[in-house]
Amino acid sequence: MKCKEFLQELTDYLDGKISDSLRAELDEHLHWCHECHVVMNTTKKTIEIYRDNQIYELPDDLRTRLHQAIMTKCRGAHQGKKSSH
Amino acid sequence: MEAIQKRAEEGINSELALVQAAKKGDLEAFSDLVRRYDRNIFRIAQHITHNEEDAQDVVQDAFLKAYQNLDQFQGNSKFYTWLVRIAVNEALMRLRRRRNDRTVSLDEDVETEDGAIPREVADWSPNPEQLYGTSELGDILKKTIQGLSPGFRTVFVLRDVEGLSTEETAEMLGLSIPAVKSRLLRARLQLRERLAKYFKSKKGGDGQR
Repeated sequence: MKCKEFLQELTDYLDGKISDSLRAELDEHLHWCHECHVVMNTTKKTIEIYRDNQIYELPDDLRTRLHQAIMTKCRGAHQGKKSSH
Repeated sequence: MEAIQKRAEEGINSELALVQAAKKGDLEAFSDLVRRYDRNIFRIAQHITHNEEDAQDVVQDAFLKAYQNLDQFQGNSKFYTWLVRIAVNEALMRLRRRRNDRTVSLDEDVETEDGAIPREVADWSPNPEQLYGTSELGDILKKTIQGLSPGFRTVFVLRDVEGLSTEETAEMLGLSIPAVKSRLLRARLQLRERLAKYFKSKKGGDGQR
């Protein structure tokens, strides 16, 4: 297997969505190819870092304000719907 | 209060039951749906627009649109899938407006070779995120993902940040499964390549290049 072929399968490999035989081939490639091993490990780490460090959390006070604004608009739409019937 | 108890008695905690109740005009049921998904929608909107004001507008408009169009929700897919689709479209529209660029779409830069062939093959520090304080790390992660095209970062956020399946992501974005997979691979590789400059090992050899 060449590095290019390994890369094409990288996403499925990391997601665990490959057959046992293909996984064995990819593991074999990783065993001797240091560069692909680094790419695989650091890609895995990239995903973990973004998953574990949520960078856009909704603060509680903003959440409350947004919720009120949404429900006010929905109530308005609801009234509008009812009065048009 | 009575309405809440009644819903509890009916075991109405499932998403579909809440949707059915909201369709019949039960605003409390819709309010529960908003609470269930507002954090996710805000995160997705922030990732696409990179603007907090726009993200707030997207959250409000997406829920209002969902409410106004509940009749069109057939129940063939999950409510959340349908809601995200609305939110992604709203977010892309705001991004277009902000950039004054009508061409912003999920297809932008798909053909790019950026990151397709790894150039940076130095290993990273064992616990790279510990090299930085929380807020500094947050800034690095934001800056890095902002560099991706909207199509790539949207797929990455839905699959890897929100943890949705390839099939769900494809349905939400109106893309084929192979298209989602190829965008995800590119997005992951581009992010990896860009994060390397912050995280690569400083200890001798590889990291010193």
